[in-house]
Amino acid sequence: MVKERFTFVFSPETYDKPITYHLVKDFDLKLNILRAEITPGEEGHLLAEIEGEEDNLRRALEFLAAEGIEVIPTHRQVTVRQEECVHCGACTAVCFSGALAMNREEWKMEFRPEKCIVCGLCIEACPLRIISVGFGGGKAGEA
Amino acid sequence: MAKKTFAEINEKIKKGEAVVLTAEEVVAMADEQGLKATAEKVDVVTTATFGPMCSSGAFLNFGHSDPPIKMAKVWLNQVPAYTGIAAVDAYIGATELAEGRDDYGGAHVIEELVAGKSVRLKAIAQGTDCYPRKELEGYISRESINEAFLFNPRNAYQNYGAATNSTGRILYTYMGMLLPKFGNVTYSTAGQLSPLLNDPYLRTIGVGTRIFLGGTQGYVAWHGTQHNPSKARGENGVPVGGAGTLSLIGDLKAMTTEYLKAAVFKNYGVSMFVGVGIPIPMLDEDMARFVTVRDREIKTTLLDYGVPGRSRPTLKVVDYAELKSGFVELNGRKVRTAPLSSIYKARQIAATLKEWIERGEFMLQEPAAPLPADATVKPLDVKELD
Repeated sequence: MVKERFTFVFSPETYDKPITYHLVKDFDLKLNILRAEITPGEEGHLLAEIEGEEDNLRRALEFLAAEGIEVIPTHRQVTVRQEECVHCGACTAVCFSGALAMNREEWKMEFRPEKCIVCGLCIEACPLRIISVGFGGGKAGEA
Repeated sequence: MAKKTFAEINEKIKKGEAVVLTAEEVVAMADEQGLKATAEKVDVVTTATFGPMCSSGAFLNFGHSDPPIKMAKVWLNQVPAYTGIAAVDAYIGATELAEGRDDYGGAHVIEELVAGKSVRLKAIAQGTDCYPRKELEGYISRESINEAFLFNPRNAYQNYGAATNSTGRILYTYMGMLLPKFGNVTYSTAGQLSPLLNDPYLRTIGVGTRIFLGGTQGYVAWHGTQHNPSKARGENGVPVGGAGTLSLIGDLKAMTTEYLKAAVFKNYGVSMFVGVGIPIPMLDEDMARFVTVRDREIKTTLLDYGVPGRSRPTLKVVDYAELKSGFVELNGRKVRTAPLSSIYKARQIAATLKEWIERGEFMLQEPAAPLPADATVKPLDVKELD
């Protein structure tokens, strides 16, 4: 079993496809929607945690690609320029998913992208402005 | 025990025999060996903090152009600097914003100067017989200008209230983003490592005390603005909430961006992380008691920033062991806590200062004058206009 978080990016042509139905029914995946912004006629984004057999997940991702839906693993979405971090902890005040958390031994901020729900609050909270995000289809890691 | 003097401790430092511990290490030693032995064996305890300190800035002297100019208005990377002093002197305040921007300010200019980068200077003047030039624009750097010294009117707060938010919306404050309905708590001191919490009555810290400032040696210039030694204290003498403050000075040209960093607080403005370290001499057993203060013995008020008045209500008193645990209990609920002052950096500073003293590169300086012991803070109550 694997558990991963993805952002699905829908184009104006693909926004109305019932993909959650297919993921559950055809690939036996457990799907938990964490965040969604889908407007008919425009681009849409859906952030979901998916749990299931590794092989099923792989086939599901192939299916989505064939349907024209872009899939971005969340760990590629939020970027922290950690070498510049002063470990003040301001970002951890707003991170409810626990992706940004203080290591209370060393008092260093640690980023665990697999926990991130791409809410974006940390971008505003970081006094050094070293966190960036690409929920809008962008891939922060590649910016 | 026999009391030690500054001079005796400095003699040991010179010989390379001084025993120096950080404020965290000395707690561990006292736990194992007791106060008396700790007071005898240890000579100096290093304390430190690295937090956002708005009341910071730098005096610059640009040098004279030819023909000379008496600058009436000055901008550095579009950030206005105060120049109502002599011809080419200016003060750049950390929180001053660049015109038309809310995410770049004086702190960024200071950081860029420290980094050795070029900064764009623009000046205008009325033109006088002795200073005929009316305009000047070009680039300056740390190397090109005469002097640059940090002069911070209020740094190193002795304790500070923790913050939370009772309202239904996110509050954007200098205490960071406070989430609605008591969604989080932020705090901003280094706790048991913090300088003035280790010398609660400021017995050893006064005008002229040599300190670590921004990566180099600096000095306590004066008491800080809003210095409030009259704040209520716990049994151990440690004030509960913001109390004493320091005004600090040091050579900006010798500082490093590792210990001086611009900070942006959304919808509040710009501030500056300042790294401060203060050595505390172990003069006697009383000092041993003070420097071994533990997080659980340092209490502060938890304030509701949802109330926009001058006196924010205290929701409860919390200690730093609770704050640092990651949660405090509030109204029967566990609320997440987060620091704003970097304990990681504070540890680096305390360790660096310890090294300097051990190597004999940093001598203790006995204060030339004590800081006020009975000052209070006045509110602003202006006489209303008729």
